[in-house]
Amino acid sequence: MRIAVCIKRVPITGGRILLTDDARAINTQHLGFTMSPHEECGVEEAARLIEANKGESVVLTLGPPEAVEQLRDAMALGVDRAIHLQTDGQEWDAEATASALLEAISADEAAYGPFDIVFFGNESADSGGFQVGIRVGYALGRPCVTGLKKVTVEGSSVRCEQEVEGGRDVYVVPLPAVLTVKEGLNLPRYPSVPGKMRARSKPVAVATPTRLAPRLELVRLAVPAGQGRRAESLGNGATAAPAVVEVLRKAGVL
Amino acid sequence: MNVLVLMEPGDPSRQALTLARKFGDPRSVRMDAIQPFAPDALAATLALAADQLNVSAVFAAGTDRGNEVMARLAARAGLPLATNCIAVTPGQPVELTRLRWGGSLLEEARLHSPRPLITVAPHTVPADTGPAPAELDLKPSAESELVVRVSDHVAPSNGGVSLTTAKVIVSGGRGVGSKEGFAIIEELASLLGAAVGCSRAVTSAGWRPHTDQVGQTGTKVAPEVYIACGISGATQHMAGLKGAKRIVAINSDPQAPLMLNADYTVTGDLKEIVPAITAEIRKRK
Repeated sequence: MRIAVCIKRVPITGGRILLTDDARAINTQHLGFTMSPHEECGVEEAARLIEANKGESVVLTLGPPEAVEQLRDAMALGVDRAIHLQTDGQEWDAEATASALLEAISADEAAYGPFDIVFFGNESADSGGFQVGIRVGYALGRPCVTGLKKVTVEGSSVRCEQEVEGGRDVYVVPLPAVLTVKEGLNLPRYPSVPGKMRARSKPVAVATPTRLAPRLELVRLAVPAGQGRRAESLGNGATAAPAVVEVLRKAGVL
Repeated sequence: MNVLVLMEPGDPSRQALTLARKFGDPRSVRMDAIQPFAPDALAATLALAADQLNVSAVFAAGTDRGNEVMARLAARAGLPLATNCIAVTPGQPVELTRLRWGGSLLEEARLHSPRPLITVAPHTVPADTGPAPAELDLKPSAESELVVRVSDHVAPSNGGVSLTTAKVIVSGGRGVGSKEGFAIIEELASLLGAAVGCSRAVTSAGWRPHTDQVGQTGTKVAPEVYIACGISGATQHMAGLKGAKRIVAINSDPQAPLMLNADYTVTGDLKEIVPAITAEIRKRK
């Protein structure tokens, strides 16, 4: 079995977002980075599938040189090797991102055979375009199922559960397929120390794709005005309990 | 000039219609036009209708289904797609504002496209109150478009109060301290007929299932009262709270972002405060 998983490096924003002077990006000077939450579950699922079925898993990202940290994180969870599509840190829109990933996936498949599953996050934490996985699925001519909370390989097909209001919708599609997943699909393991050690020596292939002019062009970012809430203190400690109950009563929920 | 709108039941599609009217006279395709749901077939239908009517733009609500079908249309037609917009100005390019980070950040952008494809973030613009747009007649779908289709449905597994419909949510964060620490949260919730929620830190630690998580990658909630116990209020969490009517924050740190973004705050140890609230409600009953 061969599994690919695509991830994106994003800042850990914490409680308050600050922008750069030109307002075209988040000021990340004091921030750590991670992979988007949905994708972490894609990585875990890829690792579990290869542990159960043998074969090879590959993690791909498009991002600045520092994104190698997130590739190492994925390999620490069990992914075998990485492909880093390096950028100079500029924003790539979803179309350009999908086309660079498609090219890398196709090249890897030409050399090593097709991937049974290519995993994506349902949407990235930052730009939230909801489309890179679907674009790659179409370009590969493979069925694509989105927003998955459960994935079960059954022979030459895959059973997929998608969370919807009032339960889950089930899809069964033939492999190979492109699947976009959501957090909650699984509980990603903590990377073990030996896992992190092994990740350091796993191979990372680097390519530098050419950035196409974005057709969805970011002009500037803005922090939205606050929700206009002005916190009223009900007091300190257990003595505030009657005041809390009064709030519940006034809201008509008691 | 016509504009095409993918319509679902409910307000978000009427909100999308509000912005769509800026691009022309709306015609619609229903999200449930193809049963069972088959997103490729729906995207193919939209693509055909958009070509035949030579529409100026295609709109949908920025729901899971809306974003998914529009992304398939974009991929099929080889066009860019702007998701979760809150404002659009027609032109070449289209000037727009869209949500990033689940609404914690706004992006102003230009959409360069011969046929703009746009989804509208739910509950960010007023709902259209005009007449429903005329629905288009559909042709039967090709078999190849039906490979991805819903073949079964699984009912929700837990019998508890649903986060999405709960009137009250009692939610715990890292400050709860442990899996067992949620006993006092559950006790208060059960007394109030409330749902139990939690932050991402809690699900990552394995204290609660992901189905309890409120936030950008969890559930977006809209209760009358949200009681946040020991939750710092990272943007990830706040993105799920935009629909909450009243927020009560209980935290030992008065400077925690959630304490600054709440309506009511109680400063102190949640392990004392939460049981005190439970006792006070019992006393009154």
